[in-house]
Amino acid sequence: MTIHVDDAAGLYVHVPFCLRKCPYCDFASGTELALVADWLRAIKREMGFYGDFAPRFDSLYLGGGTPSLLAADELASLVEALEDHFAFSPDTEITLEVNPDDVTPQSLQHYRELGINRLSLGVQSFDDRELAFLGRRHDSSRSHRALAWAREAGFANLGLDLIYGLPGQIVEQWRRSLETALGFGPEHLSCYQLTIEAGTPLARRQAEGQFQRLSEEAEREFFLFTSRFLEEAGYLHYEISNFARGNENRSRHNRKYWNHTPYLGLGPGAHSFRDGRRWWNHRSLKDYCQTLNAGEAPVAGEEILTPEQTRLEALYLGLRTREGVDLNVLLKAQRGKIGLQEMVKAGLAKVRDNRLIPTRKGLVVADRLALGFMD
Amino acid sequence: MLPLTYWPWLIMHNIRNFSIIAHIDHGKSTLADRLIQATIMVPERLLKSQMLDTMELERERGITIKSNTITLPYRARDGKEYALNLIDTPGHVDFSYEVSRALASCEGVLLLVDASQGVEAQTLANLYLALEHNLAIIPVINKIDLPQADIPMVKEQIKRELGLDPDAAILCSAKEGIGIAAVLEAIVVSIPPPKGALSGPLTALIFDATYDPYRGTVVSCRVFDGKVKPGDTILLMSSGTPHKVEEVGLFGLTREPRRELAAGQVGYLIAGIKTVSDVRIGDTITLENNPAKEPLPGFTEVKPVVFASIYPVSADDYGALADALEKYKLNDASLVYQKDASAALGQGFRCGFLGLLHLEIVSERLAREFGQSLIMTVPGVRYEFTLSDGHVVAVDNPQHYPDPTRIKSTAEPYIKASIIIPERYVGAVMKLCLERRGVNPHFGNPSLGRVELSFEMPLAEVIIDFYDRLKSITQGYGSFDYDLIGYRSSDLVKLDILVNGERVDALGMIVHKDRARDWAVRVCERLKEEIPRQQFKIAIQGAIGGKIIARETISAFRKDVTAKCYGGDITRKRKLLEKQKAGKKRMKMVGAVEIPQSAFVAVLRTDKE
Repeated sequence: MTIHVDDAAGLYVHVPFCLRKCPYCDFASGTELALVADWLRAIKREMGFYGDFAPRFDSLYLGGGTPSLLAADELASLVEALEDHFAFSPDTEITLEVNPDDVTPQSLQHYRELGINRLSLGVQSFDDRELAFLGRRHDSSRSHRALAWAREAGFANLGLDLIYGLPGQIVEQWRRSLETALGFGPEHLSCYQLTIEAGTPLARRQAEGQFQRLSEEAEREFFLFTSRFLEEAGYLHYEISNFARGNENRSRHNRKYWNHTPYLGLGPGAHSFRDGRRWWNHRSLKDYCQTLNAGEAPVAGEEILTPEQTRLEALYLGLRTREGVDLNVLLKAQRGKIGLQEMVKAGLAKVRDNRLIPTRKGLVVADRLALGFMD
Repeated sequence: MLPLTYWPWLIMHNIRNFSIIAHIDHGKSTLADRLIQATIMVPERLLKSQMLDTMELERERGITIKSNTITLPYRARDGKEYALNLIDTPGHVDFSYEVSRALASCEGVLLLVDASQGVEAQTLANLYLALEHNLAIIPVINKIDLPQADIPMVKEQIKRELGLDPDAAILCSAKEGIGIAAVLEAIVVSIPPPKGALSGPLTALIFDATYDPYRGTVVSCRVFDGKVKPGDTILLMSSGTPHKVEEVGLFGLTREPRRELAAGQVGYLIAGIKTVSDVRIGDTITLENNPAKEPLPGFTEVKPVVFASIYPVSADDYGALADALEKYKLNDASLVYQKDASAALGQGFRCGFLGLLHLEIVSERLAREFGQSLIMTVPGVRYEFTLSDGHVVAVDNPQHYPDPTRIKSTAEPYIKASIIIPERYVGAVMKLCLERRGVNPHFGNPSLGRVELSFEMPLAEVIIDFYDRLKSITQGYGSFDYDLIGYRSSDLVKLDILVNGERVDALGMIVHKDRARDWAVRVCERLKEEIPRQQFKIAIQGAIGGKIIARETISAFRKDVTAKCYGGDITRKRKLLEKQKAGKKRMKMVGAVEIPQSAFVAVLRTDKE
C-alpha cells in the first residue's frame, strides 16, 4: 500500500457561484452573486482552522461553480489570503477554472499576475446545438476567442473540459469537437461522458421522456473512440476521463484525489483528506457561512477509513487510472489471484512492473473491475 | 372457574379425552384458547392469543405445527368435576400420521366448521380419521358472528357431506366467546369416558414428544391400561429399550408433576431419553417387569416423502448449520438428514421431510430460531429405478441419478388428491391437475354448488407450488388433501442446468420426460432474471444428457464506468462498492459466473401467471 505521506498536499477552493445553473450539474453552486462577499469573508475564516494542515502545498485548484465570475480584487484578495495562511512550493501548480464567456485579455493578464499557471476552460463542446442542450451561456466562438487569448497571455498549460455522449449525438459530431480542441494544442483534456445525475433538471427532462440517453453499446463506442483518437493524437489516457500531452501535463491536483495524498478543500461542499480521515463541509452556502460566523469549522461530516476501506479505495481508484494497482494490494484478497487471471485473460488489464494496469477495454468497465478482487 | 392448581379426582368416569379437528383457518386454536380461558385461571402474562400455538411461526401462520396438550378442570352442570384432556393436533396433511396418533388417544372430537366457509377437504379427511377411530363426533359451527356466516348452508353440508346430525351442532364464535359453555358441556355429555384396566399391564400410546433442554425428551402419552410412576422401568415396545421414569404428570399451563399416570389419563413422562429421535410417535410404552403382550395397534415408522438439500449461504457457516440441524432435530424426529455436497454450493445436507409444509417449517425455523441463512434446492421425491441387472435403487437426490444406460424402468410415488371447490372453478382446477399429470379424475357432488374432485397424481407434481396455484385459481375457495397411494412406473429423466457450459449440480432435478421442457424453460428464465450481467455473455441452458432443451442468454456489460471521481464522489463510490461487495458474499461461483443466492430461491418461487 502506497501512502503518500511525504508528498506535498493539494489545496482546493470551491467558488460556489454561477450566473446560471447548467441543467446537468450537481455541484454545490448558486446564482446569488450578492453573497460573494460573505463567502469570501467565510472562506478566509475557514483558512484559519487549517494553518497546520500540511508543511507545504504544491497544487492549488480554484474550482466551482464559476471562479471566473470573481472580480479582480476578489480573486486577488482570495489568493493573497491563501498565501498568508499556507506554504506553497515554488513550482506550485495553480489552476483556475474559467468559463470561456468570462475571460478577457485583461482578466487573463490579471490571472497571470496572480501566479495562476494553468487554466481549465469549461468549453464542453464546439457545437452550438450541443452547447444549447447543455444549457451553457457561451457559444463556440467564445471558446475559440478565449483559447486564443489564453495562449496570447502566455498560458503554457491549458486544459479543456469537454462533454460527450449527448442524447442523439453521433461519433462524427464528437470527433469534430475533439479535432477543433486539438487545434489549440491543449496540454490537458478532460472528456466527460454525460452523466445524468439524479435531481438535476436534465434527469427530470429525461424522466419526462424529452430525450433518451445513449444505449450502453453506443456509450461504449464513444468511450473507446475517444481513448483511441486522443492516444493516436499523442495524448496519454491517464484516467477514465482525463488525457494529458505527456506525463508532466497530468493534473497534479486531481491525482492527489486518486492516491490518498492529503488534500484540503475549502468552501461549501468541499472534501478534505488526511491520515485516513475524510471530512466534508456544509454544502449550503448559508450553513457554511453561518457555522464560520459562529466561530466553528464548517464541517458537516467525516469518516475515518478502516484499512479495508483504504484498500478498497486504492483498488478502485487505481483501476480507474493507467498507473493501475500494486499487485501486493490486489493479492491481499483471496479472490486476488483468480480476479487477476480472469481480468488478464479477458483483456481487461495487463501486468507491468508488478502493477496491474487496466487496458482501454478495461477502463470501459472500470466500475466492475474492483469488484473482481473482492472476497 | 377453578384455580389453576386444583385438579379433580381423576377417576376414569370423570375424564374426557378429546381433540379439535378442523380445516386450516376454521378457528381451532382460537377455540382451544377459549376453552382454556373458560376453565383455567390464566395468569395475565400468559394471556396471548392462541396459547397452544407457542411457536412464533405458528402464530404467524395461524397453524399448529407442534401439538400441545392441556388438561382442563371443569365443573359440569351435573355438579361434578371433570378433567377434560384437550389433545391438540397438527393442522396439516403433512402430519396426518401424528394426527392419527393423537386421535387414537381420544374418545371424541370437536369437528369444527367455519360458518362462512363450510365443509372443506381437510374437514372431510379429519372426519374419516375420526370415524376410523370410532370417536364420538360433536359438530361445532364456528365464526357465527361473521356477516358472511351461512348457518343453514353449513348445517345442510354437515348433514349431506358429513352424514352427521345437524341438530347436534353447537353454534359458536370462539373469537367472541359465544357458545363456549355449550361446547364444554357437550364434551362431558357426548364424549364417553375412557375405558381401561387399572390393574392390567401398562400400555400407553406415545402421541408426541418434545425436547426440554434441562430434562431431555418429554413424552406425551395416553395411558390405556395400568399405571406408571417415577422409579418404574419402562420399555418402548418397538425398540425394546428400557428407560427409568424420572417424572410423570399432567399438562397444565406448565407441566404439573403427579405421583402416577393411570389408565384413561393423558399426560407426560420424563425418563432420561436424550433426544426425541429415540422416541417413535405411535409406539407403546409398557413396564419392563410386567410387559404388555401386544403393543397398541397403528404403529408405523413415518418416512420422509419430500427431499431437498440445504446449504449455508456462506461456506464458513457449514459447522453452524450442522449444529443447528442437530439441535433442531432434538425437537423434530420426523426430519431426517445426511451430508451432501455440491460443487456450486459447497458442503450441505440432504434432508427428508414429511411434506412441503414440513420442509418450509424446517427451513424457516432454522432461519429464525437458529439464525441460519440457507439456500435450498428444488424439492423432489424418492424415485425408484430398476436397473438392467434387476436391482432396484431408490434415489432421492438428483446427484445420485443412476447411469442412464443401465436404467431399465423408473417409478415415482403417486398420491390421491382430494379437492373441494365451488362448481365454477372445476374447469380451471381440472386443467391444473391435468397439467400436473393427474389421472383418473373422480367427481362427487357433496352438496349444491360444490364439487369434490379426486385425482391420482405424482407426488412430485404437488410439492412445488401446487397448493399455492390451487388457492390462487380458486380465489382461496379450493381446499386440498392427499394420501400416498404407492409407486407407479413413469418416464423419468435427469434435467441438468448449465451456466456458461458448467453444470450447476444444485439445480439438477429428476423430472417426468413430458415436463422436462417446461421446467427447463422456467428455470432458465428465472436464472436470467436473477444472474447479474458480467463482463462476458452468459449462456443458461437446460439439458437432458447432451441435448439442450432450453436456452437463455444474459448479455455482457458493455460499459460500466462513471465519468468523474473527485472529492465527494470517492466516498459515495466506495460505499456503493461496499454494498455490491456485501451482495457478492451471497453469490456462488459456478465456473467464472457469480450466481446470486436469490437465483436458487427464484427457481422455487411460485408462478404468478
